Amino acid sequence: MTKILKGLATALLLAAAPAAAQDYPDRPVMMMVSYGAGGATDFQARIVTMTAGNEDALGQPIAIINKPGAGGRVGWNWLATQAEADGYTLGAYNIPHFIAQSIEGGVEYSVDSFEPIANWGADPAVFIVGADSPFNSMQDVVNWAKENPGKLTFSGAGLFVGHHIAALQLEAAADVKLAYIPNNSGGAGAMKAVIAGEVMGGVNNLSDAYRAANAGSVKILGVFDTERSSFLPDVPTLQEAGYDIDNASVNYRGIMVPKGTPQEIIDKLAAVMPAMFGNPSVIKQMEAGGSPIKIMTRDEVIEMWAARQKTLEKLLAGL
Amino acid sequence: MEFIYYFGEVFTPISFMLLVGGTIGGLILGATPGLSPTMAVALLIPFTFRLEPAHGLILLGAAYTSTVAGGAVSAILLKIPGAPANIATTLDGHTMATQGRGAEALQLSFLSSAAGGVFGVLLLIFLTPMLAKWALAFGPSHLFWLAILGVTVIGTLDTNSVVKGLLSGCMGMWLATIGFDDIMGAQRFIVHPSLAGGISIVPALIGLFAIPQVLAMFARGRQPVGSDVIAVQKHPIGKAMREMTRRWRALGIGTAIGSIIGLIPGIGGQIAGLVAYDQAKKFSSERQNFGKGHSEGVIAAESANNAMVGPSLVPLLTLSVPGSPTAAVLLGGLLIHGIFPGSDLFDNHPDVAWTFINSMLIGQVLMCIFGLYVAGLAARVAQVPQYVMAAVVLGLAVFGSYSVQNSMGDVYVMAALGIGMFFLERFGFTAAPLVLGLILGPIAEANFTQGSMIADATDGRFSYFFGGTLNIVLILIVIASVAYLAWMEVLQRRQDRADQANEAKA
Repeated sequence: MTKILKGLATALLLAAAPAAAQDYPDRPVMMMVSYGAGGATDFQARIVTMTAGNEDALGQPIAIINKPGAGGRVGWNWLATQAEADGYTLGAYNIPHFIAQSIEGGVEYSVDSFEPIANWGADPAVFIVGADSPFNSMQDVVNWAKENPGKLTFSGAGLFVGHHIAALQLEAAADVKLAYIPNNSGGAGAMKAVIAGEVMGGVNNLSDAYRAANAGSVKILGVFDTERSSFLPDVPTLQEAGYDIDNASVNYRGIMVPKGTPQEIIDKLAAVMPAMFGNPSVIKQMEAGGSPIKIMTRDEVIEMWAARQKTLEKLLAGL
Repeated sequence: MEFIYYFGEVFTPISFMLLVGGTIGGLILGATPGLSPTMAVALLIPFTFRLEPAHGLILLGAAYTSTVAGGAVSAILLKIPGAPANIATTLDGHTMATQGRGAEALQLSFLSSAAGGVFGVLLLIFLTPMLAKWALAFGPSHLFWLAILGVTVIGTLDTNSVVKGLLSGCMGMWLATIGFDDIMGAQRFIVHPSLAGGISIVPALIGLFAIPQVLAMFARGRQPVGSDVIAVQKHPIGKAMREMTRRWRALGIGTAIGSIIGLIPGIGGQIAGLVAYDQAKKFSSERQNFGKGHSEGVIAAESANNAMVGPSLVPLLTLSVPGSPTAAVLLGGLLIHGIFPGSDLFDNHPDVAWTFINSMLIGQVLMCIFGLYVAGLAARVAQVPQYVMAAVVLGLAVFGSYSVQNSMGDVYVMAALGIGMFFLERFGFTAAPLVLGLILGPIAEANFTQGSMIADATDGRFSYFFGGTLNIVLILIVIASVAYLAWMEVLQRRQDRADQANEAKA
């Protein structure tokens, strides 16, 4: 009897699953952002999902739910352990943040807890100094640091975030000892520390640094990426400046779902999302806000996550 | 004087409609417990997607000014401070409401909000370049001393016993350490998953202030209807205006402190109201009436928290660095329209910049008019029977705590803190010093850690924290504040002894 019941149940499930995926989504979808309302991730998440209700996208709107706290750990813990894996709960990811945090430990997620869907943006880290700083190139900075080991103070948004990774890479590649000062109020606080002259330099987001440089408050000396940014065609990458630094610190933002979400739904989302990010009105608003766009498909993101996991494990092993 | 040229923009039909709508909407959002100004502005940003940049900013500016003032409504009538800015308003404001003087308290709060607010925006208009330098002058060591200065205020805030005040402050500081620490990411006292993000300030405020009061109402039980209905006094607006001008000293202290402290990135908005309240109390000739429904308490707190609105935007508008959470949200609102704050804003988009600033100026006045209009009606809330009131406040408390991060964890935190506070109040502890500890703890800690890291890499901790004019000035103020505390305590003892001697003679 139980056998028949079990068989029936399996048959029902098999029959129901594709049907559910075909109808998906039949109600609004929720997307968790693990940073506060108004922050860069939240702001961009709202723009890239604003056309989700269009017929050629999901056909249902995406509502943003903020679960901020502890540098994103609260939100990602929630997504990994408490969110329902039914395709109606998406999450925004920040690489390298959540991977670095999972390597550091003390959280309930790792790369294996989530399934990537697609990537919408990439904000590289840049090295900045105050507008009146004597440093005019990365070479100046490194030379000073070599003469004064451990004395070059520079700010960043915190530990185990992209800025910290960039700082570690710089120390390793230039073979110098620096004094990285993590800020408790994120990128904005770290930027203020540079402008006010509390520290000698800083690592910050390209988008924020670009605005501050336009306002005449900072100079941008180098980009922690493998290619120059279209926003800053005159600023060399760290590689061009002679330091062997890749794009491991670039802040990638995209959409993921908790592990266990039905494969059909993942496939559907992965097919729809890149086109949704590429919608001209989305691109227009992203560009207006100075938010660098980088659209990547699910397969590309899977590859990028695996590469990051490897690099970060190596980089953070010494800490 | 450039701003006058752009006043016309504010009075075009669409702009003015948005301004009125933003003001009324902001007052309602601000009066809703749990919806802080930051949340309210963030909620409105999607509405600005389809608007012209100037129009969108008018909506956001009006909403920002009026939500700050609207927070006073729930603080006075329900004893739920909508945001940290309104904590000090509850101390005297709610007492006034329970005495039937709710209309007076609301009128005073709106009038002094407008007075402080207009002054703050005028500062933003005329002194922005100068103020920007001042905002940057505060580094980690200065912010650390400023937080310590705040700690010295704790002892005298809303309590008769300095020791109990300081003890509550310590409890608050301990509570603030819960969660992942901001700099190192270390986990501290996370005994329950809902504490992982630390104790957020809004649920804590709701729990500490509203819940003990709800429990007290329930404890009193259902009394025969009509036995304790408060007679709500009518209060003519003219009388409130005269009262405010008579209390010019509290108004001046509130406005000045709000404008100065509001400028300092990351600290100002949260403590401006409390510091102004404390200073107004110290300089008042009627010191003993504070906390018992004294008008100066409301005037100082509310003028300070609205005076802060203008200056708090200085770092954002000049340096493109948001100095407060709300400014960060406004930055998003600007960026979405392709406008970069900083010199670019005033040079290339003066119409947007000045229209935005002007709308905050007009918004202050409109907010005052609408506020005064509803004050008389709103004050009748005090007539609601206590058992009904208790249920409503409890409902709002749960709703407000949940809505901050859509998290039941915050509701548990709110309930736990509230129940704890109910018993602490029995022993003469009060919520305000505890909350101040909760706010100041992380500021002192993070700035000490950061300052030490910078100092270790440069010229040593001693010269970093004790050198420099600003450090020394702040340390002297701290010493003066502690000396004042000690002196008052000595005077009090002497007075008590004299009283005892007199009693013995009699």
